[in-house]
Amino acid sequence: MDLLIRNGRIIDPYNNQEKIADILINDGKIVSVGTGIENNESVSRIVDAAGKLVVPGLIDMHVHLREPGQEEKETITTGTRAAAAGGFTTIACMPNTQPVIDNKSMIEFILAKSKQDGVVRVLPVGAISKELKGEELAEIGQMIKAGAVAVSDDGRSIQNAVLMKRAFEYIRQFNIPIISHCEDAALSAGGCMHEGYYSTILGLPGIPSAAEEVVVARDILLAEAAGARLHIAHVSTKKSVELVRQAKKRSANVTCEVTPHHFTLTDGAVAGISLTCDAKEAKEAKHEFDTNTKMNPPLRDKEDVEAIRQGLSDGTIDVIATDHAPHTRTEKEQEYGRAPFGIIGLETSPGLVLTELVDNGMLTLSDALSKMTVNPARILGLETSGIVPESRADIIIIDPEMEWVVDVNTFASKARNCPFHGWKLKGRAVMTIANGRIAWEIE
Amino acid sequence: MHFSHRHLLGIQGLTAEDITLIMDTAASFKEVSNREVKRVPTLRGHTVVNLFYEPSTRTRTSFEIAAKRLSADVLNITISTSSVVKGESLKDTVKTIEAMQPSIIVIRHAEAGVPQMVSRLTRCSVINAGDGSHEHPTQGLLDMFTIREKKGELKGLKIAIIGDILHSRVARSNIWGLIRMGADVTLCGPPTLMPIGIERLGTRITYDLSEAVRDADIIMLLRLQLERQKNSMFPSVREYTEFYGLKESHLQLAKPDVLIMHPGPINRDIEISGAVADGEYSLILEQVTNGIAVRMAVLYLVNGR
Repeated sequence: MDLLIRNGRIIDPYNNQEKIADILINDGKIVSVGTGIENNESVSRIVDAAGKLVVPGLIDMHVHLREPGQEEKETITTGTRAAAAGGFTTIACMPNTQPVIDNKSMIEFILAKSKQDGVVRVLPVGAISKELKGEELAEIGQMIKAGAVAVSDDGRSIQNAVLMKRAFEYIRQFNIPIISHCEDAALSAGGCMHEGYYSTILGLPGIPSAAEEVVVARDILLAEAAGARLHIAHVSTKKSVELVRQAKKRSANVTCEVTPHHFTLTDGAVAGISLTCDAKEAKEAKHEFDTNTKMNPPLRDKEDVEAIRQGLSDGTIDVIATDHAPHTRTEKEQEYGRAPFGIIGLETSPGLVLTELVDNGMLTLSDALSKMTVNPARILGLETSGIVPESRADIIIIDPEMEWVVDVNTFASKARNCPFHGWKLKGRAVMTIANGRIAWEIE
Repeated sequence: MHFSHRHLLGIQGLTAEDITLIMDTAASFKEVSNREVKRVPTLRGHTVVNLFYEPSTRTRTSFEIAAKRLSADVLNITISTSSVVKGESLKDTVKTIEAMQPSIIVIRHAEAGVPQMVSRLTRCSVINAGDGSHEHPTQGLLDMFTIREKKGELKGLKIAIIGDILHSRVARSNIWGLIRMGADVTLCGPPTLMPIGIERLGTRITYDLSEAVRDADIIMLLRLQLERQKNSMFPSVREYTEFYGLKESHLQLAKPDVLIMHPGPINRDIEISGAVADGEYSLILEQVTNGIAVRMAVLYLVNGR
């Protein structure tokens, strides 16, 4: 059952390599990489990748799979297929399931269930606090021993600074980061979009930028004081980026991620006015109060989007992660204020990165890919060595020239809550090989 | 002139010509209310559904009378928000109502954006009767109609809007409309109740009531929504009244023919002193009377398109 990929342009951010070569894969591993690898009888399939990019499988370190407990939104089966369709071979899933992933049995369940149902690797993130209540620490050590790659109370920021301080102190004994969803719950209470001009004219209660920034500042200071690792989830504001930039200048052990929607859309999208940050190509504005523009943190204003793009470009922002948050159609068809926060992102992420960041020269291809491969791998402590012999055969093939239109009805995800429906994107994964097997390929 | 909108969702989407057309139409309908038989056959055979998710007496009654004076059949549906929690979704309610084939749905809801959502779910014309803190277009139109009736035109008038701008859909609708009609609008209220970026609509902002009313042609007060002020938006009602309550002494600073407006219901002696509310400058009851003519005009125009 060998697989031979021929003549692709290999871009390997793990080894800083770029070359045209063939790759032979057998039994889940890369056997050899080189030019003119001979076909032999054990090769069951030859893939011609001429003119295409061959890249290590992408990693999305921020995904909500909803299983167990909310299988009507997404399951490990559908979520991992959505990941494969986007070009992801490894995803980290957040613990806000029902029940919460806050003990080793739940970690074991996720690992076993994803081995059984999943088509890509699933790495569980454990909760920091029991039941995500922000009151007492969960059994972090036991979860890590069982396979958790990080801990996070994602979706519910820990309000109690003493508990957060303890958590940072406690995790020093393990080589994992705390992934912090930064939000002051009192400042954001009742809000459903960014507090600014558009919340004013739409009459929607706002979530001020400061609701995020005060906790970004708090957690950087607490992590520094404890000498612990902090990874800040989905930064959305200019000042959050600036706080991380300053922390990095002090050599604090801080990393951060941004979602594709936060570098693409502004809060004008809620008003149906301007969807994109650039006016380069006026994307068709749909309508006001589209609940697929509602997520937490919310879409921010133009200055914030520009600052995020700057942060991506200068390296302040290490990772691009989707915060894939599936919800049912019925849930999203409610009144704007009642609809749940969150949008899905697995199947549009690389397309948006290539179209919105690489195609216009904001990021080099290799920098963009680093933020979806080697950087999250290092943060999560994954033993991934890129496209070299003996390493795990997680490889994707990207057609950088393919122009395609996002159609939510073709998604592998169960959910359809995506604001990019109808967008024209350039560049797409056409084949995803996870652990040596073809997990997805374009029709 | 013809009205190009199937719905009236907000004043934001109207041009000065649209607003003028509605006011002109309202002026001709106003006469109907002075007849002995207060009814014209304009909407005979049409059904208007008043779908109210928030308690409202004056707006619902005003729409009901307006529709009846146009000979429409009127159905009032009031849904308390508490029953919605376990009950039917908004989408299902709207689809059910639509199946009864009304021509127009008039909707009020505590959540901003609901009329927009309803307009996408139905083939009926939708009229926004107030959505959250977003817009209350018929109130804005009746205010502008009342001002125009008294002052001849809106252009160049100095208008002060006082109070809780942050939570006020009436303020937003009036600001869009008045600015579009060329009036000079000053907003005044405590900074905690002044929404971010509102000046981008072309208004001035002051936190000093005397400055706001100086040389004003119109002083428009907003109802202080006492139920919304739990989060310490200001220290006390007593302090609010001292700083932002309109008293007779303020009227000396305004133009001699200043007129006072309030969308009601008023908090007497809080945002407006009883003497001012009852005084000769007050247009409060005329606003109510004009509300019917303006709503008749809106029902007629959206249906006619």
